[in-house]
Amino acid sequence: MQRAGEVIEASTTDFMAQCYELYQSPPFGSLVKTRDLPVELYGVVYNATTTGLEPGRRPIARGKDEASEEDIYRSSPQLLKLLRTEFSVLVVGYRENEKLYHYLPPNPARIHGFVYLCSPEEVREFSQSFDFLNILINTHLTVSTEEIVAACLRQMSQVYEDGHAFLVAAGKELAILLSGEFNRLKAILGRIKT
Amino acid sequence: MTQGNTERLGIVVSGSLNKGVEVKLDSSASVEDMAVGRYVTIEGQKRRFFGMITDVSLEVTDQKLVLIPPDVSDPFVAEVLAGTSTYGTLHVLPMLTIGGDVTSLIEGPQPVKTVPSHFSAVNLASQPDVELVFGSEDERKFYIGTPLDMETKVCLNLEELVKRSNGIFGKSGTGKTFLTRLLLIGMLQKGTAVNLVFDMHSEYGWEGRNEEGRKVKALKQLFPSKVAVFTLDEESSRRRRVSTDFVVRIGYDEIEPEDIGLLRQTLNLTEASVQAVYQLAREFGDKKWIEATLGLEDEDETRQLLTRLSIHDSTYRNLRRGLETIRRLPFLESHVPDNPVKRILEYLDRGINVVLEFGRYTDITAYILVANLLTRRIHAQYRERMEKAIGEDIAPPRQLVITIEEAHKFLNPEVASQTIFGTIAREMRKYYVTLLVIDQRPSGIDSEVMSQIGTKITCLLDNDHDIDSVLAGVSGKSELKSVLARLESRQQALIFGHAVPMPVVVRTREYGSAESYKDFISGEETEIRKQAEKDIEELWE
Repeated sequence: MQRAGEVIEASTTDFMAQCYELYQSPPFGSLVKTRDLPVELYGVVYNATTTGLEPGRRPIARGKDEASEEDIYRSSPQLLKLLRTEFSVLVVGYRENEKLYHYLPPNPARIHGFVYLCSPEEVREFSQSFDFLNILINTHLTVSTEEIVAACLRQMSQVYEDGHAFLVAAGKELAILLSGEFNRLKAILGRIKT
Repeated sequence: MTQGNTERLGIVVSGSLNKGVEVKLDSSASVEDMAVGRYVTIEGQKRRFFGMITDVSLEVTDQKLVLIPPDVSDPFVAEVLAGTSTYGTLHVLPMLTIGGDVTSLIEGPQPVKTVPSHFSAVNLASQPDVELVFGSEDERKFYIGTPLDMETKVCLNLEELVKRSNGIFGKSGTGKTFLTRLLLIGMLQKGTAVNLVFDMHSEYGWEGRNEEGRKVKALKQLFPSKVAVFTLDEESSRRRRVSTDFVVRIGYDEIEPEDIGLLRQTLNLTEASVQAVYQLAREFGDKKWIEATLGLEDEDETRQLLTRLSIHDSTYRNLRRGLETIRRLPFLESHVPDNPVKRILEYLDRGINVVLEFGRYTDITAYILVANLLTRRIHAQYRERMEKAIGEDIAPPRQLVITIEEAHKFLNPEVASQTIFGTIAREMRKYYVTLLVIDQRPSGIDSEVMSQIGTKITCLLDNDHDIDSVLAGVSGKSELKSVLARLESRQQALIFGHAVPMPVVVRTREYGSAESYKDFISGEETEIRKQAEKDIEELWE
């Protein structure tokens, strides 16, 4: 199981995790999970940021005398320790007693819980039901929900042999959820078409 | 389309008993595969409903889709939207219910009195469903055709059919003649009734031709021992090499004033002329009046007679012109020794069906005159026999079906009350005589007669008046109207009424190939069967 980071902030609807390595955040829209035994929480990555370690200290441009970007990091190795990459995850379901639920868990994630990238089998299992789409399209985030939904579905479709069929089925579910909002539907469909 | 057991189409979303139910199509079912007139079953909670698709429509969930249509050239978008944001609906008219309990199994499908509950699943009717409703071929039921897109047989209960008058309607060239032949064959095959066919265009007795000009066999060739061909025009029959059984000649003495009344329109007679006929008949006697009137030559004598009977001169001229037209009919003679009515009845009594060919005399005057004249006498005989049968408690006469073409000439509102055909249509059921009317302008038929027609078989009609008159009084009229107007112009017919449990669109059974003849002929006619087999073999050589 590939570990992607560690929870550093958590609420019922979402949690934030920090990566162990700079720039190693899981892809936008991918399915991740964290454990809070006996419950396993599933979430979709909806944002990633890389900032200075201290909120008040902003990084400064250092490459004036360097030939390449890599040279900057080589000549200032402390940079890797002074910057950090974090990603935000929207909770979309959980597993308890071997059973998957596509709605919010009873408790939020624990701080310092490890965050793992889901394996293709888990993604397939989780995406058997499209109930989580309802959570995705009804959240109000800084990133547009259309983008998240589209990215999530694109990621999920990669684990299927017939990704097209998966996307069509998901599209039909969205068409029902967004029956009165054709423009939103169109935006998503435009982003997931193969 | 698959012939599988259940092909799910969608679910019931709204509706009423009067107007039928709306069915939302599943995304897997394409609107383009649907067809008006096709059968569906609806799985209600307590019983199954059997219905017919009467309309197909397109819907969208968001009106924006209509205003700004999506780019469906992208197959992905098209695929996603199909069945979700854009979907098809079917309008289904439930017609019968098939209950699950024992009594309903015995009694068979019943007319609907309610609608299925919300979201009941709708499937395309399977073969066993259709068989359950329309039965399978047996000694009383005759296979007339198949429902659209199905191989199941639709069978008419001929025993029920012949108990009432029936009609075959349709525009010219839509297959009325073929349907009539089929029905007649059915009646012959099942022996439910004897037929008297007034065959205007000489196409039921001996072979006719189909639209491609190929020869098709007719009744006498298929059932030589059960059919007699009578002819009015011996010469024409001989030229066509028809073996006729009797040449019909009619004497002037057999034409009664009522016969002339019926010809008023075709002979262009005035009302006064028709009245004059009765006066003349009283003067000269029922048997001699035509000869006597046509024999009036002496002007003085004529004038005296007219004055005495107070007939106006112009009336007389009008009548005389009409009678001259009749006189020109070659099959009329002043006196005929052999009585055609007697002969026809003899044959009918022996269970032999009579086809009366008109040969060259296809003009409507001859047809109306002869058909009316013969039928009136046969009717009188039947009535007498029936009364006798009731009085003496003996077997009633055989059920008789009289086939007439151009029925609106006999049954239009002006003459229907006077002609014998109007009477038969209205009340002769009790006397074992019924009509099979064939017509292309059903709107011309008196509505009172139309309402008495038991089973109507109609091919394509496109005149609004005709459609209205055929469908008058049928439940679900407006739905059937759309079905009727969309029939294909050939080999398709809508059947509804007494002999079928619900209206049904059929693709009529094939007629005209060697194979088809074989099916019509029952076991006893082995010779013809052999001939048919030989014909089939020859086809392969």
